[in-house]
Amino acid sequence: MNFNRIKEKLEILADAAKYDVSCASSGSKRSNKGKGLGNSSGMGICHSYTEDGRCVSLLKILLTNHCIFDCAYCVTRRSNDIKRAAFKVQEVVDLTINFYRRNYIEGLFLSSGIFKNADYTMERLIQVAKKLREEENFNGYIHLKSIPGASDELMYEAGLYADRLSVNIEIPSEKGLKLLAPEKNREDFIQPMKKVKDEIVRYRSEKKVIKNLPKYAPAGQSTQMIIGASGETDAEIMYTSAFFYKKYNMKRVYYSGYVPISHDPRLPSIGTEVPMLRENRLYQTDWLLRFYGFDIQELLNKQYPNLDSDIDPKLSWALRNLEQFPVDINMADKRMLARIPGIGLRSVQKIMAARKHRRLTWDHIRKMGIAMNRAKYFMTCASRNYEIKDRTAAQIKGLILQESSSKYRKTYNGQLTLFQNTLPVSA
Amino acid sequence: MTAKTILTYDGSFEGFLSCIFIIYEEKLKNRVSIKRSDQAQDSFFDNLENVPTNETNASRVWEGLISKCGTRIGQLVFKAFLSELPTIENTLMVYIQLAFKNPSKVKGNYSHPAVLQVSKIVKSIGREKHRMDAFVRFKLLKDGLYFATVAPDFNVLPLNAKHFKDRYADQRWMIYDVKRGYGIYYNIDTVETVSLSFSETMLNGTDEHLYVATEELQYQELWRSYFNSVTIKSRKNSKLHVQHVPKRYWKYLSEKAPRPKI
Repeated sequence: MNFNRIKEKLEILADAAKYDVSCASSGSKRSNKGKGLGNSSGMGICHSYTEDGRCVSLLKILLTNHCIFDCAYCVTRRSNDIKRAAFKVQEVVDLTINFYRRNYIEGLFLSSGIFKNADYTMERLIQVAKKLREEENFNGYIHLKSIPGASDELMYEAGLYADRLSVNIEIPSEKGLKLLAPEKNREDFIQPMKKVKDEIVRYRSEKKVIKNLPKYAPAGQSTQMIIGASGETDAEIMYTSAFFYKKYNMKRVYYSGYVPISHDPRLPSIGTEVPMLRENRLYQTDWLLRFYGFDIQELLNKQYPNLDSDIDPKLSWALRNLEQFPVDINMADKRMLARIPGIGLRSVQKIMAARKHRRLTWDHIRKMGIAMNRAKYFMTCASRNYEIKDRTAAQIKGLILQESSSKYRKTYNGQLTLFQNTLPVSA
Repeated sequence: MTAKTILTYDGSFEGFLSCIFIIYEEKLKNRVSIKRSDQAQDSFFDNLENVPTNETNASRVWEGLISKCGTRIGQLVFKAFLSELPTIENTLMVYIQLAFKNPSKVKGNYSHPAVLQVSKIVKSIGREKHRMDAFVRFKLLKDGLYFATVAPDFNVLPLNAKHFKDRYADQRWMIYDVKRGYGIYYNIDTVETVSLSFSETMLNGTDEHLYVATEELQYQELWRSYFNSVTIKSRKNSKLHVQHVPKRYWKYLSEKAPRPKI
């Protein structure tokens, strides 16, 4: 092993891959048969966390950062003057195996700049995965990037070795893509996505008949959008996301706040703050859609095209629909419990289990770990003391903000002043 | 007012179950508590009674619990016991009595203090177990053994054995709990519990270069440099970082520990 050269390549190619947010290593079951290496139980593990607080679960690298495209938002764009490097297939395999054996990682996340053409690149990625599975008997997690424009045959082969495949659509709207990546077209992203989806659907149905059918991308597909680079509203982003969840059975859509990396006038300039609060609100909305039974139109619509920055989207929905509250937690159904601000799905489950034994009071609820500062305005329980005052939405919001503290407070401070005429809000 | 009885045991799970057996046999019911013998103090008001560990009694209680309440409740009791919290025995005593009386009284009855507490403790145990799955860092030794040291908050290694056995089926490994002075060792066939004593320098890794394989320090260096290059500097958030990787684990993590001399 040429240690110094490998180290240099690893630094360059890990640095370039870090803007891919996905780090999931869950959702795939591969059991270790015949004393091989690795075992995925379906549970993901974060082996470490970077200093920006993100999970390190996979060895996330590019095969190469040579690229024939020149997308404005990307660090590895052709016109960018940076150090270039490329791994050999065997080098990636060795790194993965040796990191895995030391329990550093759950597996490999392999992406790449596009060199020569899409198929050529995709073939190299598949070679790595194939070698790991067949020569090293590796049962850890493999996430491969689907290269836009790769052929259907290659996408089929990729799914046989990888646990997850993903194509990043990057820019939520077509007009944004035209502006920032004029050489790419949306069709190229969609085509491999569609192929993988069709194969997954086919695998699921044939699996019922053929028992030992080889696995096809058991952890599904994901995609990623850059937030705050091309001027979309929250509604535009979330409707695109809802479309991908529905149409392409996405396991996850990731939102990545744009980190300024170039002086291109089409993009936010270097030094602009990364929109992390906005990113957070989008993820909250994403969760409400996937797990809390909300419909996208309830949260974002023509009238409310953007999410509130000072309060979470569930609270903001509740304030717009006060007529549905307060909810009696000893009586309400699961759907309505999950809609109370400050109550998460774990708490919903606890409430449903506990209320079979007795009628619950404030004391019980508090001990279960519910965010009472929000929940108390929207629920009643077996107690005569509850918030009986008839308050307007603005009043409730003011009270909640007054009692809470957030590290983002200074980001949205400007908006608080709107209420200062009607309410004594301490900023 | 009658005096309180304090049953003392040797700290093992069987010992604890033997105490539960005595409670039922001697009909001690309420005015009783259980303590590890090294933590119990003789006092003027209480009767101290040492309960010797009795395998037969212990397995009668265990099998009774499993057959009456199911393996899930049994799992919860065992996991909560591993927490080694100072009053865990008493909480579990109340919990087991409640379960024996009527198993449906413990399932999901989060408004009962003992049930809620056991569920919370089991949750922390689960978290610690999961952290160990994540934070173990093997070092390849000269003789081909993958060796790791840890110091978990709770005694969770028994819960980790299966995970590592399934995962590293083709390599010999050992995970050593520095705090409790024992480890689990896998010999390509079975996992055994071993107690060994290591020198101070071996455990804190100061003379690591003497016994690790030649490429080991290089891979540690590669891992460290990988770890450093994936950070996005403009998003730095130290508070979140420390929340996910608490400082007490740092010295066992090759990417966070101070660099060894090569």
